[in-house]
Amino acid sequence: MAQVTLKKVVKKYDETLAVRGIDLDIFDKEFVVLVGPSGCGKSTTLRMIAGLEEITDGEVMIGGDVVNDLPPKDRDIAMVFQNYALYPHMTVFENMSFGLRLKKFPKPEIKQRVEDAARILDITELLSRKPRQLSGGQRQRVAMGRAIVRHPKVFLFDEPLSNLDAKLRVQMRTEIKKVHQKVKTTTVYVTHDQVEAMTLADRVVVMNAGTIDQVGTPNDLYHSPRTRFVAGFIGSPAMNFLPCRIEEAAGALSMRLSDTLTLPIPVSRTACYRPHAQKELVLGLRPEHITEARAHREPGTAEFTVPVEVIEPMGMETMVYFSVNGTEISARVNPADAQQPGETMRFTADLRHMHLIDPATNLVIEVPPETRGDAQSNAAAALRRSAG
Amino acid sequence: MAATAEISAGAGRVARRGSIKGSRRKALFWSYVFLVIFVIFFLTPPVYMFITSLKSSGEISAAVNPWWVFHPTLDNYTALLGQRQFLIFFRNSAVVALSVVAITMLISVPAAFALARMKFWGSATLATGVFLTYLIPESLLFIPLFKIFAFIRDTTGIELINHWWVLVILYPTLSVPFCTWIMIGYFASIPKELDEAALIDGAGYIQMLTRIFIPVALPGIIAATIFAFTVSWADFLYPLAFTTSADQLVLPVGIITTLIKGDVYNWGQIMTGSLLCAAPPLIIYAFLMDYYVAGLTAGATKG
Repeated sequence: MAQVTLKKVVKKYDETLAVRGIDLDIFDKEFVVLVGPSGCGKSTTLRMIAGLEEITDGEVMIGGDVVNDLPPKDRDIAMVFQNYALYPHMTVFENMSFGLRLKKFPKPEIKQRVEDAARILDITELLSRKPRQLSGGQRQRVAMGRAIVRHPKVFLFDEPLSNLDAKLRVQMRTEIKKVHQKVKTTTVYVTHDQVEAMTLADRVVVMNAGTIDQVGTPNDLYHSPRTRFVAGFIGSPAMNFLPCRIEEAAGALSMRLSDTLTLPIPVSRTACYRPHAQKELVLGLRPEHITEARAHREPGTAEFTVPVEVIEPMGMETMVYFSVNGTEISARVNPADAQQPGETMRFTADLRHMHLIDPATNLVIEVPPETRGDAQSNAAAALRRSAG
Repeated sequence: MAATAEISAGAGRVARRGSIKGSRRKALFWSYVFLVIFVIFFLTPPVYMFITSLKSSGEISAAVNPWWVFHPTLDNYTALLGQRQFLIFFRNSAVVALSVVAITMLISVPAAFALARMKFWGSATLATGVFLTYLIPESLLFIPLFKIFAFIRDTTGIELINHWWVLVILYPTLSVPFCTWIMIGYFASIPKELDEAALIDGAGYIQMLTRIFIPVALPGIIAATIFAFTVSWADFLYPLAFTTSADQLVLPVGIITTLIKGDVYNWGQIMTGSLLCAAPPLIIYAFLMDYYVAGLTAGATKG
């Protein structure tokens, strides 16, 4: 049993607050990713869990015990660093067994554990090499091996993939996920890469300026972000933000985006957005929810025509950029339907996935789950499945 | 249009490659010119010492080409190595140098580790202070040191002057600050994550030093060892000032005090003695240089 609990944890460097009193519960065997831009306090938080940074205020608990004043070696954790931090003068075997040798484990057990870990990571044939004879990906495996052999309560990863090239990073990402499925240890993983966060995590913790903006499963964060920051940070390409004004006419709500462009708000959302009528808000809509106009129009979508400014073919789809009232908007469209720059094009906005953000608080206005796009599309998919 | 672009690009490429080659050749030429000049400049004295050591006194004073040996003889070597006195100088020098190296390393490596890695109040100032003490030349220090020794004798009755072992106390004042400074630099170049990884693996500060820092910083330790050895082996001023009796002398001072009698210079033996005195450091450099280079490349990858 090794849950990790942070209670009102604060880190202060001289006068700057790096971490501003965060609360977080990480469950046993859970894979939690802390994600955020650089300087948001995610690494500091991890290092406080590891015991490499002192905790200015609050409590860190591992497996139910407060560990604030315990040195790293007594916290029963293992950490993988960004630059691997392998001991350059030791072989892979010695690197992996260093911690066990310090703890005076019997030799046969050390050998057994190192060999088991090497088998999991597929580095058995590298055991007698020195770190300098290894490639980046192999070093990363050894660093993970060093963590695994200790059978710790908690694994801590500090941006372990950022020194690898793009292809290897994707490969190692899968590797890390596999290892977690095999050894099932509570894991806290820090990264600035939201794709890494989404693909690896059971739950993602989005941090911003020393606070936690939102904790949730990758799907939660994607479909119902709580703040404008989370909405913009999660998802690639990033969500479009457009200032708009909510107008009410004959019981129906609409958003005025520019003098010439008004989009209707889906009926399912009318109830929850009505209190905000006549307010200036920000519309958030992901590029994948602005597509080429289709023959069959589904309820909750709206069509509009604008001139195309830039196109970026990506193969599977084409990114089309246009602007509304001076704000650049991106759309993901079928390559066959993309128009050339300068020409006008008809788009469909899937407003069942829209978010409205109050610019005063930067909070996303909450909507009941059943009105959310993912719920509706899931329901629609279920309907289609049952019909088929 | 396309053809012209291709031709001009091709011409540009050829011209550029030629100029890089040319500038490299020029740089190499001047490097060799200066290297040869320096080699001649620095190797002439030892070569002259070697030539002279093979001559008899008669041949040295004869008006013949001093750069050639007409009647080579090993008399100087046998005479010098047959003297008990010379062997005592040699033993004194060796004991002093080895003790100083040991003391210096025992002090400066942990000191550098503490100053570089265990951030404590005033550690940065202290590190600079360590280096500043090295900047005070020994020629300024030996008089106050003499005074201190006299004071110690007057108050405690312990006589420190005219004992070879007092050099074991004196040389570390020169070697410890410098070696500490070198080691601070080496330790500072070791990535911080390495000690954090060791901390998490369960190492204490002592284990971190002995199992991680010393092996990783071995090239630096060898450089510091060579420095400490050279200082204590070749220093002239302190032994000249603090030792006088023939059985308390070390090699550099022993050679000139015993082989120069009044205005009679026994050149053959002086040169032989100097050559024999220069041999141990040479052998040690040659032996450690392999480790030094191997160590450098090992430390270069940060793992």
